[in-house]
Amino acid sequence: MKIIVCIKQVPDTTEVKINPETGILLREGVPSIINPYDLHAIEAGLQIRERVQGNVTVITMGPPQAETALRDALAMGADDAILLTDKAFAGSDTWATSYVLSMAIKKLGADLIICGKQAIDGDTAQVGPETAEFLDIPHISYVRKIEEVTENSVRVQRMMDEGYDIVESSLPVLLTVLRELNEPRLPSLKAKIAAKKAVIKKWASSDINVDNNKIGIKGSPTRVKNIFTPEARADRIILNGTLEEQVDKLAKELRELKCL
Amino acid sequence: MPIVVNLNKCKGCEECIASCPYDAIEIKEGKASINEYCNFCKTCLSVCPEGAIEEIEGKFFIPETSSIGNYRGVLIFAEQREDKISPVTYELLGVGRRLADDLNVELSAALFGASEKEAEELIRWGADKIYFCDDPVFKQFNDEPYARLLSLIIETYKPEIVIAGATPIGRSFIPRVAARLGTGLTADCTSLSIDRETRNLLQVRPAFGGNIMATILCPNHRPQMATVRPRVMKRGEYKKDKKGEIIYIRADNIPFRTKVIDTIKEVSNITVNLQEADVIVSGGRGLGNAKGFELLKELAVLLGGTIGASRAAVDEGWISYIHQVGQTGRTVCPKIYIACGISGAVQHIVGMQSSDIIIAINKNPEAPIFNIANYGIVGDLYEVIPLFIRKIKEVKAISS
Repeated sequence: MKIIVCIKQVPDTTEVKINPETGILLREGVPSIINPYDLHAIEAGLQIRERVQGNVTVITMGPPQAETALRDALAMGADDAILLTDKAFAGSDTWATSYVLSMAIKKLGADLIICGKQAIDGDTAQVGPETAEFLDIPHISYVRKIEEVTENSVRVQRMMDEGYDIVESSLPVLLTVLRELNEPRLPSLKAKIAAKKAVIKKWASSDINVDNNKIGIKGSPTRVKNIFTPEARADRIILNGTLEEQVDKLAKELRELKCL
Repeated sequence: MPIVVNLNKCKGCEECIASCPYDAIEIKEGKASINEYCNFCKTCLSVCPEGAIEEIEGKFFIPETSSIGNYRGVLIFAEQREDKISPVTYELLGVGRRLADDLNVELSAALFGASEKEAEELIRWGADKIYFCDDPVFKQFNDEPYARLLSLIIETYKPEIVIAGATPIGRSFIPRVAARLGTGLTADCTSLSIDRETRNLLQVRPAFGGNIMATILCPNHRPQMATVRPRVMKRGEYKKDKKGEIIYIRADNIPFRTKVIDTIKEVSNITVNLQEADVIVSGGRGLGNAKGFELLKELAVLLGGTIGASRAAVDEGWISYIHQVGQTGRTVCPKIYIACGISGAVQHIVGMQSSDIIIAINKNPEAPIFNIANYGIVGDLYEVIPLFIRKIKEVKAISS
C-alpha cells in the first residue's frame, strides 16, 4: 500500500510569548516544529504500514528550511521524503497549496493520504479536504480511530459535535486526523543520525507539472487585506475579600448581567 | 502587491523583523530582506522608521474578472442534523440577511435532507429563496455528495457570497466546494461585512491562535466563500408572515464513495456539544483528579451548561478528548466560561478567549488566566465551587 503523509512546518507556539501591552506575538528565536497534528498523521501511516505492508512517503510544501521537518519524519520511520519548494509557490493560500500538493500526489500515486486535522498557525483545516477534491477522491475528516484497513477500503471513526460516526470508504481516500488517534513514537538516536544524512528529494513547480497561473500569490483566490491585534478585554474585575464575599459579589454581578 | 525593501532608505535597524507575524524578514548584508515566507500582510510598512518598506503595484497577473458581474445574491448553507436545523443556521440567516440588504440582493438558503416544514421556517427566519433537496440520502452528513450538490446549486444560481457554519460539517465539506469551483474560502470568520466601494466581502478571522486578526478578501473570484464561527453572529429576526419561494433540487448522478455506517452519541448526562453551550465550566490540572469533574458537572448542570477541559486534564486521562478546549481541541465562545484550576497556557487561551464572560478560579495569583478573566477568584477551587453552587441555589430559590 502506498501511503502519503502531508505535513507542515510551523512555529512552535509553546515557545511563543505575547507582549502583554500590545498583544503582539513575539516570534524572535521561536523554533520551527512539525505541526503537532501531523505527528499523529505520520504515526498513523507508520502503524498502517506495519499492519498491511507498504511504504510511507512524507511530503511538505515550504521554504528550503522545511527540510528539517522532513528529516524529523524520516527519523520517526518514514521511508521517503519530498520537499516541494519553489519561489513560485510563495504566498499560496489553501486553494493553491492544495493544488500543488495534489499535483505532487498524482505524480507519486497513492492509496491512502493522511494529513493532520489542521495546522496550528493558520487553523484553517482546509488543505486536506481541498486536496482530496483536486485529486477527485473521497476524504474523511476528524478521524479519531482507524478501525480497519484492507487492500481496497478503510473504516474509521469520525468525530462529530455530539459523538462520532463510523464511516467506511473505498481507496484511495484522504484522512485528516485528530490527536486522540495515537501516540506518536519518539525517534531513536540512531534513526535521528541516519535521517540527518538522508537525501531529501526536492521538487520545483516544473517537476510536478503545475499550471503556473494556479500557484503562489497569483494563483491564490484570497488576499490578506490587513492584520490587526484584537482588542484587549477592558472590563476586568479582580474580586477581593473572603472567599465567601468574593463568591457573593460574583453571583451579584452575574445576576445583574442576567446570567443567573 | 509585492512588498519590497528600498535599499537606499533601509538603515538595517531591524525594527521590522519583530513586527512580522510570518518570520519573513531577515537582515542580509546589513539591510532588511523579505523572504518567501511573506504573506503580503503589510504589517511591516507602518513599522519602518525610514519608510523603506514599500508595496509595489500591479506586478501580478489579475485573473479574468469580467464574469464576476454575473454573480448575484447571498447563499447560506442551512445545516441540519436528524432533521433539525442546527443553531448556527439561524445565525447564518442573521448575518446573511444583513449582507444581502447591504448589497441590495436576495438571500437564499440551501437545505439538504430535512423536511419541507423546516424549509418554510428558514423563510420566516429571513431567507427569500430555499434550494431544497429532500432526497433521503442527504439525511446523514456525507462530504462528497454534499459538496457535489452544493457546487451544482452554486454553478446554476451563481450567488456572489456563500457562507456556512464553521462546524465539523461545514469545515469538512465546504473546502471541497471551494476547490471544485476554483474560488477562495476563509475559515472560521468572526466578522463579515461589505466594502461598499468594491462590493467585496471583508472576512475577518483570527490567525495564530487568535493572537492576531486578519481581514481576508477574495477580490477576483466568485463566489466569495466563508465559514462562520458558531455563536458569534446574531440570529436573524423571525417574521411569522414572511413569504418566500422553495425551489426543489434533484440529486442525480452524485457519487457516494464513503458510507456512514453508524452514528454514535457520546453517553453523558450533559451535552458534549461545546460549540453550542451557553455556559462551559472547564477544569485543568488544578483539579488534581478525575473526580473533580463531578463537582464541575454539578455547577455546569446548575447553570444549564456543560463541561470543558484543558489539554493537561485530558492528557491525565481524567476526561475524554471531546471536552478539550484550546488549540488542539475545540474553539468555544459561550456566554460564560468558568476556568477552574487552569493556569492559562497560550494554547488554552486561544480556544476560549472570545467567550463573553470569563471567570477564573485558581490558587496561584500569578496564573496567566487572570490576565484575560473578567472575574478572578484566587483560591482553592474545592472551597470556591461548593460556595458558588450554594450561592446559585440560594439565588435560584429566591427568584423562583
